[in-house]
Amino acid sequence: MYVKTTRHPDLPPPLSEVGVLGWLHKNLFSSWLNSLMTLAAAGLLLAALPPILNWGLFSANWIGQTKDACLPPQGNPDGACWVFIRVRFDLLMYGFYPLAERWRVVLTFLLLVGLGGPLILSTLLPFRERIKQSLLLLLPLAVAAYSLVFHGILPGLAALGLLLVPELLGRAFKRKLLPPTMPPWLRQAVLIGVPILVWFVVSRSMQSLDPGAAGPMALAAGSLAFLIFALSGRSVTSWRFALLFTLYPCAAYLLLLGGGLGLPLVETDRWGGMFLTLVIAGIGIAVSLPVGILLALGRRSRMPVIKALCVSFIEFVRGVPLISVLFMVSVMLPLTLPQGVHFDKLLRALIGVSLFYAAYMAEVVRGGLQAIPKGQYEAAEALGLRYWKSMRLIILPQALRLVIPGITNTFLGLLKDTTLVAVINLMDILGILKSALADSNWLGYTKEAYVFAGLAFWLLCFALSRYSMHLERRLKTDR
Amino acid sequence: MSAPAPKTTLKTVPPSRLAALAGLANNPAFRSALVQLLVFAAVVAGLIWVVSTTADNLKRAGISSGFGFLGQTAGFEISQTLIEYSRSSTYARVFWVGLLNTLLVSVISITASTLIGFVVGVLRLSSNWLVSSLAAAYIGLIRNIPLLLQILFWYIAILMPLPGPRQSYSLWETFFLCNRGVILPRPEFHPGSWLILAFALLAVLSVIALVLWSRRRQRLTGQRFPTFAASLGLLAVLPLLGASLAGFPLTWVIPELRGFNFQGGMTLLPELIALILALTLYTAGFIAENVRAGIQSVDRGQEEAAAALGLRPGTIMRLVVIPQAMRVIIPPLTSQHLTLVKNSSLAVVIGYPDLISVFAGTTLNQTGQAVEIIAMTMLFYLTVSLLISLFMNWYNKRMALKER
Repeated sequence: MYVKTTRHPDLPPPLSEVGVLGWLHKNLFSSWLNSLMTLAAAGLLLAALPPILNWGLFSANWIGQTKDACLPPQGNPDGACWVFIRVRFDLLMYGFYPLAERWRVVLTFLLLVGLGGPLILSTLLPFRERIKQSLLLLLPLAVAAYSLVFHGILPGLAALGLLLVPELLGRAFKRKLLPPTMPPWLRQAVLIGVPILVWFVVSRSMQSLDPGAAGPMALAAGSLAFLIFALSGRSVTSWRFALLFTLYPCAAYLLLLGGGLGLPLVETDRWGGMFLTLVIAGIGIAVSLPVGILLALGRRSRMPVIKALCVSFIEFVRGVPLISVLFMVSVMLPLTLPQGVHFDKLLRALIGVSLFYAAYMAEVVRGGLQAIPKGQYEAAEALGLRYWKSMRLIILPQALRLVIPGITNTFLGLLKDTTLVAVINLMDILGILKSALADSNWLGYTKEAYVFAGLAFWLLCFALSRYSMHLERRLKTDR
Repeated sequence: MSAPAPKTTLKTVPPSRLAALAGLANNPAFRSALVQLLVFAAVVAGLIWVVSTTADNLKRAGISSGFGFLGQTAGFEISQTLIEYSRSSTYARVFWVGLLNTLLVSVISITASTLIGFVVGVLRLSSNWLVSSLAAAYIGLIRNIPLLLQILFWYIAILMPLPGPRQSYSLWETFFLCNRGVILPRPEFHPGSWLILAFALLAVLSVIALVLWSRRRQRLTGQRFPTFAASLGLLAVLPLLGASLAGFPLTWVIPELRGFNFQGGMTLLPELIALILALTLYTAGFIAENVRAGIQSVDRGQEEAAAALGLRPGTIMRLVVIPQAMRVIIPPLTSQHLTLVKNSSLAVVIGYPDLISVFAGTTLNQTGQAVEIIAMTMLFYLTVSLLISLFMNWYNKRMALKER
C-alpha cells in the first residue's frame, strides 16, 4: 500500500484566472452582458478618440505667427491651429494690462507662491523636518531674488521683506508680548488701541508722502500691529497664514492697481484674462469662507433676531441664480448709493460673487457644525470657555475638517462661476477669448479657443480637488 | 461650631451702581438682548437708508416706480415663443414668454439629465473596467469645466459652424441639421384628431390603474406582473387604435428646402439645442456622482441577501438596491434640479430668449425699471426653487425609512 507522505504541490491556477488573460476575463468579459458592454465601449472609444487625437495632436499646427501657418500649403487644415493660442497667449493671461507693467502681475503671483507655497508644501511633503524647513525658506528667497534681479531694488526689497517677515516675526516673538497677568480689560484695550494708533499714524504720514499708497499701507500696518499682539508666541506657520490675509492683500492691491510708490495706475477695466479670473476666484474664496462661517454660526445662534436675519439671507441667495445676483449688483447697487459714490465694476462683481458663495459656504459649514456631538459643546462650556473661544478652539476645527469635501466643492463652483462675470462685461478669460476671436486676422478658430480655456479650467479644478482629497486624508485623526 | 460665624462684611457694603452695571453686562440674557437689538436697529437703519437713497436716485433719473410699465408695448421680436406674441404685445406678455422658455429648457434638461445621470452613475460602479473608467472619465471631465464654457463650446464652436440650409445634414430627407438648428416634421391635426388625444389619455389612465392593480396583487399573492412591458404596449397601441378609429386624421408636414430656408417644418433653435445639451450633460455628471454615492451607501449584505434568495443581478439592482439608495439620492438630486433651473439663466450669453434675457435684459434696458424687474425675476426663481424643494421633500418623506 502506498501512502503519499509529502504534500502534492499546488497546481498553477487556470490560465483564465491569472495574467493578462485572467484580468481580461475578470474585468471585461465575465458575462455575455459584460462582453457586450465592453465591445460597445471599445467601439465608442475607437470612433471618438482617433479623430480627437488627430485633430488636437497629430495633425495640429504649432509653428508660425499668422493664420497662414494653419492653412494649406503650409499647414494642415484638418488639425487644430494652436498657433492662434500661442500668438494670443499673453492676451489670454493678462488681458489688456499694459505691456510694460505686466511684471507686477507676475510678481504678485510669485509673492503668493512664496507666501502660500510653504503652507501648501508643509502639508504635502512627508520629508524630514530639516529638509522641509530649508525648502520652505528657499522658495521665498527664490521669489525675492527674481524680483531683485529683474525689477530693481524697490520691488525686490518689498518682496524680500514680505517673504521673510514671517520667519523674522516667528523667531522674534517667541515669548508672549503681553504678560499673562495683565487684566483682561487692559489686554482688550491694548489689542484694539494699538492697531488703531498705528493705522492713524501711518495713514497720516503716508498721506503727505504718497496719497495713492496711504490706504493699503495704513491697513497693512494696522493689521500687522494687531497680529503682533495677538499672535506673538505662535509658530512661523501661523505667521505665514496671518500675513497672507493681511499684508499680502495690501501688497497685491498696491502692485496690481498701482497709483502709488512710483507705480503707474492701471485701472481695473484694463485687467483681464486668466489673471482677472484668478483675482475674482481668489478674493471670492478668501471672503466667502469667513463670511460663510459667520453666517453658519448665526444660523445656529440662540438669538432669534440674528438667526432670522441669517436664515433669510442664506435662503434668499440660494434661491436665485448667480446671474441675477450679478445683474442686481451691476444695475441696482449703483441706484442704492448716494450721489458721487462710485463703485468700480470689478468691486461690484466681487461683492456679488463673494456674498453669493458665502451663502452656499454657510450651508456647508452648518452641516459640519450639526455633525459635532452635543458633548463637545458641553465639554467646551464645562471648561469655562466663552462662546467665541469654544467655537474657535473646539467646535470649528472639528467641523471644518469634516466638511473639507463640501468646502472644496463650493470653491470649485466659485472658480467655475467666475466665468459669469462676462455677462456684466468684465474681461475674464472668456471675455478675452471672445475679443481675440473677433480679431479679423483670426476668424473661425473657436474650437481651439474653447478647448484651450476648458483645459485650463480643468487643470485648475483637478489640482484643487486632488489637493483637497490629500488634505482630507492628512487631517483625518481617527483610525 | 462653638463660635458664631463672623458676619460677612460684604452684606454691609451697599452695591454700587457701577458694580450693578458690570453685573448686567455679564448677564448673558441681557447681553444677547442688547446685541440683537443693536443688530436689528442697524439692519433697519441700513434698509431705510438704502430705500431712501434709491428713491432719491430714481426721482433724479426721472424713473417712475410701480408696475405700470407692464402694460406698455414691448416693440421687439423674440425668436422663440411658446405663446402668441408679436412686436405689439405688452411687457407683461414678454415676462410670460421668457418664463415659459425658461421652464421649457428646465423641464427637458431635468428629465434628460436625471436619466443620463442614473445610467452613468450605475455604469460607474460596473464591474466592467472599461465601462466604469469611461464613466469616470466623463464625470471627471464634465464636472471640472465651467458650464458657461460648455454652453459656448456647443453653441459657438459646434453648432454655429454647421453648413447653411442648402448643405444641411439630413436623415432620410426628413430631419435636417444645419446652422439654423434642427428642423423636424410638424404634426398637422385634422378634424377628428381629438379621438387620438382621448385614447392617449385613456392609455395613461389605464397604465395608472394597471400599476395600482399589480401592486395590490403582489401584496396579496406575491405574484409579479410584467407591468413595464404591459404599460409600454398600452401606451403604443391605444393611441394607434384611436387614430385608426378616426381614420388617421394626423399628418406630418415634412420640411422642404425652398430658397434659402426650410418651409413647413418645426425648428429647434441652435440656442435651445446648445443650452439643453450643455445643461443636460453638465448636470448629469453631478447626478451620476450622487447616484454612485447612494448606491454605495446601501449595505453590501442587502445585495448578498437578495442574491442568496436567487434574484438576478438586474433584479437585485431594481428591487433591492435602488429603492434603498433613493433615500440617499433624493436630497442631493433635488439640489441638482434646483441648480439646473438657476443655471438655465446662462441662456442670456448665447441669446436664447429666457426670462433673464428678454425681461431682466431687453425689457430692463428699454424701460429702466431696474427695481421692479429684478424683483419680479428673483421672485420667479424663488418660487420655482420653493416648489421643487416642496415636492422633493414630500417625495423624500414618502420614501424615507419607516422606523418605529
